[in-house]
Amino acid sequence: MEEIITGLTFYLFAAVTIASAIMVVGSRNAVHSVLFLILAFFTCSALFVLRGAEFVAMILVIVYVGAVAVLFLFVVMMLHVGENRLFQGVRRFGVVGVLVGLAVAAELIIVISTRAFRQDTPAVASNPTTADLNVTEALGQILYTDYFLLFQMSGLVLLVAMIGAITLTLRQRDGVKKQSIPQQIERKREDAVALRKVESGKGIG
Amino acid sequence: MNSNFSDIAVILPELLLAVMGMALLIWGAFRGNRDFHVITLTAAALMFAAAAVAIVSPTGGGFNNLFVNDAFSRFCKVVIFGAGGVSALMAVTFSSDTFRRFEMPVLMIYAATGLSIMVSAQDLMTVYLGIELSSLSAYVLAAMRRDNLRASEAGLKYFILGALSSVILLYGMSLVYGYTGGTSFEAVAAGIGGDASFGLIIGLVFLIAGLAFKISAAPFHMWTPDVYQGAPTPITAFLATASKMGAFALVIRVMMEPFADITAEWRQIVILLAIVSMVWGSLAAMWQTNIKRMMAYSSIGHMGFALVGVAAGSEAGVTGCLVYLATYVVMNLGAFALILSMKRAGRPVESITDLAGLSRNRLPMALALLVVFFSMAGIPPLAGFFGKFLVFTAAVEAGFWWLAVIGLVTSVLSAFYYIRIIKIAFFDEPTDDGEFDAADVSLRAVYGLSAVFLLLFIAFVRFVVDWASASASVFA
Repeated sequence: MEEIITGLTFYLFAAVTIASAIMVVGSRNAVHSVLFLILAFFTCSALFVLRGAEFVAMILVIVYVGAVAVLFLFVVMMLHVGENRLFQGVRRFGVVGVLVGLAVAAELIIVISTRAFRQDTPAVASNPTTADLNVTEALGQILYTDYFLLFQMSGLVLLVAMIGAITLTLRQRDGVKKQSIPQQIERKREDAVALRKVESGKGIG
Repeated sequence: MNSNFSDIAVILPELLLAVMGMALLIWGAFRGNRDFHVITLTAAALMFAAAAVAIVSPTGGGFNNLFVNDAFSRFCKVVIFGAGGVSALMAVTFSSDTFRRFEMPVLMIYAATGLSIMVSAQDLMTVYLGIELSSLSAYVLAAMRRDNLRASEAGLKYFILGALSSVILLYGMSLVYGYTGGTSFEAVAAGIGGDASFGLIIGLVFLIAGLAFKISAAPFHMWTPDVYQGAPTPITAFLATASKMGAFALVIRVMMEPFADITAEWRQIVILLAIVSMVWGSLAAMWQTNIKRMMAYSSIGHMGFALVGVAAGSEAGVTGCLVYLATYVVMNLGAFALILSMKRAGRPVESITDLAGLSRNRLPMALALLVVFFSMAGIPPLAGFFGKFLVFTAAVEAGFWWLAVIGLVTSVLSAFYYIRIIKIAFFDEPTDDGEFDAADVSLRAVYGLSAVFLLLFIAFVRFVVDWASASASVFA
């Protein structure tokens, strides 16, 4: 009974994933495409939960749905991609695209069906931990001990990416009127207001 | 817990640069570009300090066998940090009122850190992260002069092709992992067990193609001329020296450590890359009119010559490579200091014909140019000759006399365009544009010292070769 339920859940989520993936490419409205992409991410993360990889599932939701998809949505809305422009090149590039897709699919099938992988690799890959830990704990323990150097280096890569993004986009323009609070507080009454005696009928002159 | 104090000791030069890079970043963030000169000078001093630390830092592995500091990586680090420091010195003179960014020295420091981690890598994951750290810094450095059309084009091209090469590299790595069952060099070597499966060879081909992008060996060199021309000249100098040294040392390490047992399989690819690079680097350089583009093709050719040493697959070959690369770095630093000195009325000029009549106007600069370019052509007794001699003898000893013959023929071809520059500088009539501005003291020091080094190399060639062969003995 339990197996049947697991199987049914798997096929349900898998079918939704594939259907929404097709809709990402096929949808006429770019915003709908992004929304279908989010649906695909959610169902994928459900598939990961079924497989017992709850950490990857969480990361998929947090990173891809929370950050990447929202970014996509922003870009799509900012670029204002209309329906007709989205499908402009289909006739010209469609054949090439299908060919590339077929080539990638063929490669994947060859790679997966080949028996030349080392015998223990699939076993190791599907059971990364030997200790009695859940995936998140096991990942954390490896990441902060065995792979500590790699963790720190990833931090440096992100730092460089941040420096790069700021350097290449931040512009300091001249003549921008900005509010400077210290300057406002420093300002004395004498700097701004002057009392003049004005004789009647003559003006300041 | 695996990390302890000995881990810190082996990674000391990188640690110094990474931490001090952050300090410089904070300094720059507070003081802005006003302190550009001081920050850049500090960055140069830090790189020289890191080179000194690299000489004395203890050898040994660390970080759960992800990283190693051995004689080979020490040699490479000294060259990388030295070249990085000199490039940073050149950057001091390069700044102008319109272009002065304190991020430049900071990113140079991080690029050098990435390069030096690459040459110490003991695991494919360390290799990848080292490459990304250095390349990401290099993309930004190339595009930093963003109001300049050429610089933007250079940055974009470099970024897209670099990302593509990283993808290829990762694909190769994942195949290697799949067919050997490990990412550490030791595990890969054990997984190969002296017999390469078909899938492993495909992974190896992708891996080499990705690395060839980084050393810009033909036919993976498309980005090089545009990036060399568009990037600010001190950055071009950095890419041509430190980056090349780091990436090439990584090629040597990857070929000689995990794949040492299947030399016959990778040798064919390396030989192909070497021949195409030597021929294309020599031929395409002849038609260039911009001196920075010419230097790009020249560096493609030089990578081809150095790959001959890798193809030999022996300790002698690695020794030859290291000597070749060390002299190549010195020659290029001298050449780029000369290019930076080509200025008229404060504006840099980059055409080869602008050098006409240099010997009459500025004799010391012309003499330095003579030494640097004769050395690049490999004319004895200058330094460039010894590198070529060592890699070709290593190839002959390994039984590839025909490869050495191709190398000799192409190096004669390449001598044509090096000597053409000397001919223009010494025998052509000066143009009406007037003479070059007096070069900055530090630039004169760089090209002067480089020329003296290349001239006197014969006096201490034994010392350099001994050091290089001690470094190469890691792969015995």
